[in-house]
Amino acid sequence: MNFVLLRCCTTPIVLKQYEWSTNAVMEKLGIGLLDVPELGCCGYPLRNISFKAHVLATARNLALSEKENLDLLTVCNCCYGTMKYVDNLMKEDASIRNDVNTTLAKEGLRYEGDIKARHILQVLYEDIGIEAIKEKVVQTFDGLKIATHYGCRILRPSKVAQFDKPYSPSKFDELVEVTGAKSIDWSTKLECCGSPLWGINNELSLDLTENKLRDAKQSGADYLCVACSYCQIQFDIVQKILLSQRGIGAKLPSILYPQLLGLSLGIDGKTLGLAENQVSISEIEWFLLHKQAS
Amino acid sequence: MFFTITLYISLAIFGLGLIYKVSTWFRYTVGVDARDVPPPQRVLAFVKGLTLTLFSPRILTLLKVFVLDVLLQIKVLQQDFLKWAMHMCMYYGFTLLLLMHGLDKIVTSALFPNYYPTVNPFLFLRNLFGILIIVGIGIAIYRRFILRVARLRTSPMDVYAIIILAIIMISGFLLEGTKITSYSKFQDMVEEYTIQADEEELRTLEAYWVAKYGVVSPEVKAPFDAETLEAGQEAHEMSCVECHSRPQWGFTGYTLAKITKPAALLLDRANASSILWYIHFLACFIGLAYLPFSKMFHIFTTPLSLLANSVMEKGRSDPANIATRQLLELDACMHCGTCSVQCRVGVVFEAMHNANILPSEKIPSVKALVAGKKLNGEEIRNIQEGLHLCTNCFRCTVVCPAGINLQELWFNVRETLLEKGEPEFLVLSPLSLYRGLMKESLELNYYPDPINLALETIYPTGIPLEMQDRTAPLVPSANGWSSTLHTSVQAKTFSQCFSCVTCTNACPVVRNYPNPIEFVGMLPHQIMHAAGMGLWDLIFSSKMLWDCLGCYQCQEHCPQSVRVADVLYELKNMAITQARKKLVKQIER
Repeated sequence: MNFVLLRCCTTPIVLKQYEWSTNAVMEKLGIGLLDVPELGCCGYPLRNISFKAHVLATARNLALSEKENLDLLTVCNCCYGTMKYVDNLMKEDASIRNDVNTTLAKEGLRYEGDIKARHILQVLYEDIGIEAIKEKVVQTFDGLKIATHYGCRILRPSKVAQFDKPYSPSKFDELVEVTGAKSIDWSTKLECCGSPLWGINNELSLDLTENKLRDAKQSGADYLCVACSYCQIQFDIVQKILLSQRGIGAKLPSILYPQLLGLSLGIDGKTLGLAENQVSISEIEWFLLHKQAS
Repeated sequence: MFFTITLYISLAIFGLGLIYKVSTWFRYTVGVDARDVPPPQRVLAFVKGLTLTLFSPRILTLLKVFVLDVLLQIKVLQQDFLKWAMHMCMYYGFTLLLLMHGLDKIVTSALFPNYYPTVNPFLFLRNLFGILIIVGIGIAIYRRFILRVARLRTSPMDVYAIIILAIIMISGFLLEGTKITSYSKFQDMVEEYTIQADEEELRTLEAYWVAKYGVVSPEVKAPFDAETLEAGQEAHEMSCVECHSRPQWGFTGYTLAKITKPAALLLDRANASSILWYIHFLACFIGLAYLPFSKMFHIFTTPLSLLANSVMEKGRSDPANIATRQLLELDACMHCGTCSVQCRVGVVFEAMHNANILPSEKIPSVKALVAGKKLNGEEIRNIQEGLHLCTNCFRCTVVCPAGINLQELWFNVRETLLEKGEPEFLVLSPLSLYRGLMKESLELNYYPDPINLALETIYPTGIPLEMQDRTAPLVPSANGWSSTLHTSVQAKTFSQCFSCVTCTNACPVVRNYPNPIEFVGMLPHQIMHAAGMGLWDLIFSSKMLWDCLGCYQCQEHCPQSVRVADVLYELKNMAITQARKKLVKQIER
């Protein structure tokens, strides 16, 4: 099974560990990832300013992936939501499709809509499957309580996202529990992390993040687990700023799902870039139970 | 005489240009870093930094970079073989030709006492180096004008450089060609070097040169009998062979001589070789004088940028030196366009048509800015928009063959521009994430100002933000907006809204405030309702648009299938478009 991997613009610099852990986990599970160097911005950050620019950027990536005849895989909810949205839009609005393809033709590209935008959680759950992952798990976490954070665009709008039930999703929880950890209930589970406003309205952004962190902590979580670049930046790098600015003691480190799963699959912490996280997650390895002798 | 005068004039311009250019590296400032450090201190910091580097293990890094990136240009090879081949041809062809041929009296004669430009290996090598440059120019023209790589833009600077180089090369080869066939040149040489020869000997020599050396004579014509040629060869070996290899070795000039042979006598009478000689050296001198101001300046600055960047790092190096390096980097850009071709948001140029979006086109704008060129509000806003339309993915920096830290440059200039007080709407997009992350390390005390300025520019005048106790005008503002919104599939849905307030209740931003209207202006359901009534000014004055997360809770919960979040996104676009129009109107006034 092969995919073209869309690396989110944020990962090469501030989230290297997301790239490393994704590569390692996918390799372990037998998924081939193809890098297409021409791939660009997913279009998400452009939408506030120019609808046209945002559609064009997304469609170009889809067209590049279609050229390889492979689905386009992303590790970011915002990339995923944007791609699904534009893919839908181009299918339902012929005039937009024509406009976009006319522009793309300048660099010899065209998008017909023959491939799909995929999220890493979707591939893990639907294409590989819980049972197949379970077979590859070599060590499980014991007593680890995870606040699973879905993020917005993988769930909503559900007509576009098409991943899970929008009000009572369970797929990510199941994926977390494959590792032996317990995915806890918490009331703000499906709320936004606050990242979209970081840099625009920092106070509001921090309010929303703080609210979620406090709720997860009070619900008994040891760690947050996410599968989105923006959510991770918010819960990791911005949490560090939050802790220093607002002085709340409620520190709750966030682990990327490929890091969590990777540990269960027996991949070492260095390959998964555990030390790269700003709010330390190194202690999570203490929860690992019965390491199998190889 | 004319040659000497023009040489010295062009050398003087070159020298002064060089001094002027280098002085700007220390005199100008770019961005917020080190702008309070006076030039003398910048020079001192440079000398100190240079000395410390040269006498440290980092000299090994410099050597490594010099070999790999300057001499072998591995970075370019890794990206694009054709481009690497082009550049290697030009780089080595030009350097070797300059040393061996252009500076022959200084370099080659000193190394080889028996040097004559007309003997081998010099004759052959001159042609070889020349043809390398021609091949390089050919690939350059092919890449820029035939291959037409998307978003690889050609500026007048690029064309000038190709033209000057092409004139030098073509005139040089034609000069060689006409000299081979020239009868008067032959006669001049005979006069100078065959003092004791009698007339018969000269006749056979001429026959020999016509037969073997490509001279076109009005007197003698081929074919010649073997006896004549033998006698001619004898005379040739007596007087000429020491300084003349066979012209076939000068394969380019010789080919041109063969092609122009039918017109050779005419050309000779018109004194073509001396005209070509003037063209050739004048083109060289113009190139020399223009060099510090042209893209060819990169033959000095690009290696310097590569070397400087290999041993410097923000946070570790003296900020004064970083500032100096950033100015050097502006001159190190040779407008190769690699950054623009690979830029992750380069494609946006096709939608927004602001050339400053492309990294390679930002450089001239930044140059104009640091040189203190007077720019009007619109020009500043265009540059500002280009600089902000960047995801900070560092790709341009990674791919730049000149090793320029482009991303650092953009961020630095971006911040100084924001201080100029022109509104930038991109600060209201998630592209601001990076600025938010950098806030702590930069201690930006004016941090919220650009955000507030953008909001104030967007808010229509005459509509108070805190309007809960006032009556808003219920007349649709007649600016034709409704038709804009109706064009998109999603936006048509707002008319289905019956104000049930579900969207507002689902909104995490609204829930964050005890009295949300105070903070966000209108609530989501009010905005949908206002959109249904065409009350655009009211909508644009609402901060809710810019506090919307795009989390889609509203849209998911809507019982009427109104695409609330999608509509909010579209309203943001409209608000910015009307704000831009306002700014343009202000300028017109």
